[in-house]
Amino acid sequence: MRERASGAGRAVEAVFREEHGLLLASLVRRFGDLDLAEEVASEAIEAALVHWPVQGVPARPGAWLLTTARRRAVDRLRRDRAYAARLAALQVEMDRTGPVPPADTAADLPDERLQLFFTCAHPALPAEARGALMLRCLAGLSTPEVARAHLVPPTTMAQRIVRAKKKIREARIPFRVPGADELPERLPGVLQVLYSMFTEGYAASSGPDLQRPDLTGEAVRLVRILYRLLPAEREVAGLLALILLVHARHEARTDADGALVLLGDQDRDRWDRAMIEEGATLVTIALTGGPPGPYGVQAAIAALHDEAPDLAATDWPQIAALYDVLLVLTPSPVVALNRAVAVAMRDGDEAGLALLDQLSGEERLRGHHPYHAARGDLLRRLGRHSEAAAAYRRALDLAGSEPERAHLRRMLDATTRPPV
Amino acid sequence: MKYMLLINAGAIDAEGGAAECDEQDWAAYDKAVREAGILVSGESLADLVTATVVKVGADGARTVVDGPFAESREVLGGFYVIDVPDLDAALEWAARCPGARGSGSVVVRPVADFGA
Repeated sequence: MRERASGAGRAVEAVFREEHGLLLASLVRRFGDLDLAEEVASEAIEAALVHWPVQGVPARPGAWLLTTARRRAVDRLRRDRAYAARLAALQVEMDRTGPVPPADTAADLPDERLQLFFTCAHPALPAEARGALMLRCLAGLSTPEVARAHLVPPTTMAQRIVRAKKKIREARIPFRVPGADELPERLPGVLQVLYSMFTEGYAASSGPDLQRPDLTGEAVRLVRILYRLLPAEREVAGLLALILLVHARHEARTDADGALVLLGDQDRDRWDRAMIEEGATLVTIALTGGPPGPYGVQAAIAALHDEAPDLAATDWPQIAALYDVLLVLTPSPVVALNRAVAVAMRDGDEAGLALLDQLSGEERLRGHHPYHAARGDLLRRLGRHSEAAAAYRRALDLAGSEPERAHLRRMLDATTRPPV
Repeated sequence: MKYMLLINAGAIDAEGGAAECDEQDWAAYDKAVREAGILVSGESLADLVTATVVKVGADGARTVVDGPFAESREVLGGFYVIDVPDLDAALEWAARCPGARGSGSVVVRPVADFGA
């Protein structure tokens, strides 16, 4: 489809990407089969690429695509004897919903993407497939694009997606929005997938680039959709706030050569003020009307960073206090690490280092390069250069992306070079 | 849609039963499954020491040996086959099963449907 995209095709490609998730969700709801839905959705888009440049884009492109896709699905089911029984069942459904309305007078399409979010993030699916399915089904990325986003070969990704779809179909993972009683149990899984997608894009775990704007951009887009669908869920607002407030800094996080620029050295004029403002408004929503959730608290921390004129003038006491709250909500060594860094800024490097050293026994931090890098920074600031060098070396052994490694090499050089 | 709930006992008590739930829990669960009208079949297996393995080799020779002796701590203790609309419903019933508690676990497997 993309290969043959002409000028007109490119013009409507944005429309397709927007419509794809909606279209797919509607088709999955009607036919209960993700594979069939994907096939007829892409056929409908192909048909649009042929017809729209000639006949013009219909007034309601989404309804046009859905009508076309539904007709193709029924044709396919008729041709396929294995689906005969299902067709009979679906025919009842089609009769019940009446004749397909003409595309340009159809009532507003129901937004069924929420069901798809919960299906893609179902805990019965392998964790590695959940984000991939969301990018494929809700963001409308092609399998090679999803593979690129996950840094795996397209064949590996294709197998993962095929296996996940097979499980959805054959184990009959339902397409449904969890009830109000189940939502507290199921929503965190959906948020976790989206948050992981964003963090992988924000700080790539490997590869030549520090950031993966393709991935962060899609994560922001998907969380925006989720927030539109679940505006009353404060943690969804919290997650959207968090990723906007962090994403707002992404231009300033690398220099012209792609090298890492630390928070304290960033040109704050390059931070996206509109995004910060939007994020700050959402933080208020996330923290109002009940006990805070972990995403809301993290967003509040990000907001304090974004609102500070420079590193020294940052409200470190409040950030450290928010980390105390976060540590209660989601106790983890990584949160404790971040808290220690904030305490170092509030109470001095010695205090921070003491907290970091208390964490040295944590299994999860032993192979976590930010832990060793943070220790290196504090030891260096305290003038303990040989210990700092050892910590930086350890971080370098573990670090992922090339810009992060280059940064650690610079720090290592700075601690091993004889003072001038 | 039929699902098999394979009940793996974790810790085993002196009598060979699951250590973390009692007869009453099982009786209550069994009653609930029956009353919900979803029960296809279900059995509790006798103690593992009573199990025997039969194999037939390529030459047709039959070997019968004592066992199997579990290599893991998990021991298949019994099963239910239930008929429910989808996986979420099956997972809900699996979660209610006493065998899922503590060191036990329940594996949920859809029963293959060959369109018969």
